[in-house]
Amino acid sequence: MDPLTEKPDPEFLVQIRNLNYRIGNRAIHKDINLDIPRGKVTTIMGPSGCGKTTLLRLIGGQARAHSGQILVDGINVGRLDLNGLFTLRKRMGMMFQSGALFTDLSVFDNIAFPLREHTTLSESMVRHIVLMKLQAVGLRGARELFPAELSGGMARRVALARAIALDPMMIMYDEPFTGQDPITVGIIMQLIRLLNDTLGLTSIIVSHDVQEVCTISDQLFMLSDGKVISHGSPDQMKRSDSEAVQQFMHAFPDGPVAFHYPAADYFEDLMQT
Amino acid sequence: MSNNNKMAEVELVSQPDHAVLACMGTWTLNHIAAAARTLNSLFSRRIQAARIVLDLSAVSELDSAGAILLLKYINIAKDRSCEVDIIGANSNHQRMLEMYKDQALHKKPETLEEGLLTRTLIRTGKTTVFALHDIVEFIAFLGESISAFAYYLLHPSSIRIGAIVKNIEEAGIRALPIIALTSFLIGVVIAYQSAVQLEKFGANIFIVDMIGISVTRELGPLITAIVVAGRSGSSYTAQIGVMKITEEIDAMKTMSFDPYRFLVLPRMIALMIAMPLMIFLADIMGIIGGMLISSLQLNLSFTEFANRLQNVLATKHLWVGIAKGPFFAWLIAAVGCFRGFQVSYNTESIGRYTTISVVNSIFLVIACDAGFSIIFTELDI
Repeated sequence: MDPLTEKPDPEFLVQIRNLNYRIGNRAIHKDINLDIPRGKVTTIMGPSGCGKTTLLRLIGGQARAHSGQILVDGINVGRLDLNGLFTLRKRMGMMFQSGALFTDLSVFDNIAFPLREHTTLSESMVRHIVLMKLQAVGLRGARELFPAELSGGMARRVALARAIALDPMMIMYDEPFTGQDPITVGIIMQLIRLLNDTLGLTSIIVSHDVQEVCTISDQLFMLSDGKVISHGSPDQMKRSDSEAVQQFMHAFPDGPVAFHYPAADYFEDLMQT
Repeated sequence: MSNNNKMAEVELVSQPDHAVLACMGTWTLNHIAAAARTLNSLFSRRIQAARIVLDLSAVSELDSAGAILLLKYINIAKDRSCEVDIIGANSNHQRMLEMYKDQALHKKPETLEEGLLTRTLIRTGKTTVFALHDIVEFIAFLGESISAFAYYLLHPSSIRIGAIVKNIEEAGIRALPIIALTSFLIGVVIAYQSAVQLEKFGANIFIVDMIGISVTRELGPLITAIVVAGRSGSSYTAQIGVMKITEEIDAMKTMSFDPYRFLVLPRMIALMIAMPLMIFLADIMGIIGGMLISSLQLNLSFTEFANRLQNVLATKHLWVGIAKGPFFAWLIAAVGCFRGFQVSYNTESIGRYTTISVVNSIFLVIACDAGFSIIFTELDI
């Protein structure tokens, strides 16, 4: 066993210590430390390609860190075998960017799927639970539709209902607001907050929609270049004196995150035959 | 710019103790392409001299592109500890070269563009490494599918009967017409070809042996496998590839559903059940095709044909052909699913992997069949 640097703190559901992860030779995460408090909405922000979604995959055990540890509810994810991982994942929900509904199942069956596969509930119980979850996301009337017939926002709401089907302890949202109209964004924001508070969940959002996440998050982490460069409440972050945080929060096109991708000298480049 | 722009040229004049590179013409961006090629080939092979003299006296114009080109090769020469002198440069040329000298010097040593041989070797090496990777991954995939199969056997209640039945319908029943037609035509073709030859010897009746045995042992299974590889193998790749792009596979994993158990095994088992049955149909249709042509070409009546068939076609031939079915099915389904999981998160890779999947599975089926031929011959079956 790894020597735990400290005892798991019951206040935090996810504790990440000295996490390093590489894809090929490219370091995605460099020594990340991050604590996600129970019962709160925590957002991980950062520029595109900084490894936010990868971090969710690491927490869910879909990828393995090269060093460091990830504790979820006191369990070291990196040390679990497949069965342990499957048991843990049943307690985690995840909402994907595209919804990722099973295309050949109806809305109802999509939500019933994890219940039928992972529990021994009777069909009438399954029906009750599915309808409750659908009611929570406001789509009880759409239960006979197929994923192809849903709008992007509806698909995400169904995915959300599916993610909470097994009453998990936490939900991870991968870019929940991307590409949605303002009304849908509002609905999803409200749902995230509401589900978090009424079901006593812990929510982790990965996003770069600053305004939205500032409104609903209790805590923000900012990732850049593989490191956590800042964290705090939305207000603290807005007032941060870090240049990188300011650039991100206020959407300046150039700053510590350079506008230009690293390149050879411009002049020389043009002259190259 | 002058109107009579001449292309930049460079000429090698060998002297006893040094080489002179005589540069001529307009050394500007739009005119140096040919000179750049000449320089590259000159420096790849011919220049061995310890001292190079660069004669710029015939250069009418020199811009930054030309200067950088010259400096590139000056640096290469210097890296080979070869002395370089520049003569005949006018003050403008001199300044241009000076301006870029420092910048160019900071760069890492230039490498010559690789020749055809090097490029071929590099490509061969890369392809080999990728192919080895693929093979290792495929073996791992087969292993995973076997362990998922073992899980099925230990937990019979987890077998996804519904999905298996659905896949049998998709890959088996719906493929029957095309398999029937194809193997009927193959029977016709074989009968036509052999009828002409056998008639010469008056050995008409032996067409029955010929068709009966070749269709049941080899052609029936092969034709079925090839049709199934093109029809179902490709669709497995595409289906799983699409699920990967829409993140459905990721969603399954996060909900702790094992994709092997849910996606791969039902397809594999369905195909392994359906394939022998399809081969049986192919056998019948192939023989009917042969029978038809025998009666048309060789005046062999259906009754005669059927009688002879009963005498010469031992059931073992039929079993040999049908027994190949599950193996072919396993290969086709495994390759199809394996390539599906390899699809990366963009749509064009679906097309690429679907093609690879069909090519691979047809090749594997034929290789496997060759293996069976050897085994069966050795065992005298």
